[in-house]
Amino acid sequence: MSAAILPLREAIDRFVNDGASVALEGFTHLIPFAAGHEIIRQRKRDLHLIRMTPDLIYDQMIGMGCARALTFSWGGNPGVGSLHRLRDAVENSWPHRLELNEHSHAGMAAAFCAGAARLPFGMLKGYLGTDLPAHNPNIRRVACPFTGEMLAAVPAINPDVTILHAQRADRAGNVAIDGILGAAREAALAARTLIVTVEEIVDALPPAMNGIVLPHWVVRAVAHCPGGAYPSYAQGHYARDNAFYRKWDTIARDRAGFLAWMNQHVLDTPDHGAFLASLQKDAA
Amino acid sequence: MSACTRDEWMTVAAARLLQNRDVCFVGIGLPSAACNLARLTHAPEIVLIYESGTIGTRPDVMPLSIGDGELAQTAACVVPLPEIFSYYLQAGRVDVGFLGAAQIDRHGNLNSTVIGPYESPSTRLPGAGGAPEIAQHAHQVFVMLRATRRSFVEQLDFCSSAGYLDGHGARARSGATGGGPRAVITDFGMLAPHPQSEELQLVALFDGVTAEEARNAIGWPLQVADRVDSIAPPTAHELDTLRALHARTREAHARPVHLPL
Repeated sequence: MSAAILPLREAIDRFVNDGASVALEGFTHLIPFAAGHEIIRQRKRDLHLIRMTPDLIYDQMIGMGCARALTFSWGGNPGVGSLHRLRDAVENSWPHRLELNEHSHAGMAAAFCAGAARLPFGMLKGYLGTDLPAHNPNIRRVACPFTGEMLAAVPAINPDVTILHAQRADRAGNVAIDGILGAAREAALAARTLIVTVEEIVDALPPAMNGIVLPHWVVRAVAHCPGGAYPSYAQGHYARDNAFYRKWDTIARDRAGFLAWMNQHVLDTPDHGAFLASLQKDAA
Repeated sequence: MSACTRDEWMTVAAARLLQNRDVCFVGIGLPSAACNLARLTHAPEIVLIYESGTIGTRPDVMPLSIGDGELAQTAACVVPLPEIFSYYLQAGRVDVGFLGAAQIDRHGNLNSTVIGPYESPSTRLPGAGGAPEIAQHAHQVFVMLRATRRSFVEQLDFCSSAGYLDGHGARARSGATGGGPRAVITDFGMLAPHPQSEELQLVALFDGVTAEEARNAIGWPLQVADRVDSIAPPTAHELDTLRALHARTREAHARPVHLPL
């Protein structure tokens, strides 16, 4: 099966169903904001969101009522502070209750690796002495069958849909990524359906013998979406907007301000280009 | 030496603990400042690893996030995140892990998860991130945390990463491979574990600070080591280097980013 090149709106409409488990991955770098916003515009509901670092994109999706559950390992605004919408959901069940499935980074990485390899669980030397296993039944211990050593075990993560943002794809749907990867490759290969938004679609990918190429037959859909990671970044294309990450702390702090911002910039814009243009208009 | 803030003194004190050949797993905030200060002063060959997968990074300005482009552009190599945690940290290839937290107890256990009960917290904190396994595997852990009775507590609300557990060898018996929190650098000086009880005790004070001030800032009855060292104020070179790093960082983070339209 070859990848289809689709408009983002159609890719989200076809492949992200209410109730699905969805991983928008990318560790600080290449966070698929455009795809997250399209999910919000299409008012998808009851999603089980999966991401190591929920970041602003899941703060937005949680605050807009898209999520029923969250699997994660660090839920802050990096270098700034809290994700206020995530906090409001956990502390006050606003807009509704959010079920947490909380891991460490190493545990979640092991779960994605197992998922990519279609193993039932991942294992690690981890969580020792912490209270996390007492609150997450998905963190257990297993004995090594050869030595008896006790190891932590976490069930594989196999999202119904993983969505990544990448620098480029070719017309067959092969995807190339430069820079910080996080667990993007593992989350991609663990998914039942993989959607990738890209800065550019090219005739031929540049030669990169050790660059990350997700081959076309593991990719279901590619959507051309320039600027699709903003306010996160795409190495070689645009920088992380650290000033926006700071500003988000104020925007998201109260419910009314958050909803007004989301209405103006996401719900009332038809696509990511219009979203970016609306921010530029604000800045002018 | 011009007057310095306690944060600056704390950062300098932490930087001095680092050695030129160390491989150091770095967190954002004060630890990132301390590690880069060490690199820019006495430890030019220190290997800094950020959990985003950047190894041997030499950023000119400090990152706001753990995965800013600056870290990748100045790194010796960038590897997938699962490799950092399994092939480097878990495999015992990290000398020093630097951690912060919201709460610490007398045995160096850390909470960065919740204030209040887990199921209905009064404050939901970001969570553990990389800390549980850094605390488990790094050969030694340095903790940086400003001291108040709300942060240095008798009882954690939640244990996100293990220090010496209940002390008296409990950590070693648990099977943890790393050495645990060897130093807690705070804004009056430094605590370190007692060799037998593994309870954190006062081992060093900033020049001019009293043990009384230290006791008042700690939420448990603080024990004082037989010998308490004095931590000299930052030298002019240390302070100039740190302030220049912060100035470059502020300037870079305020620079407007062109929207990718």
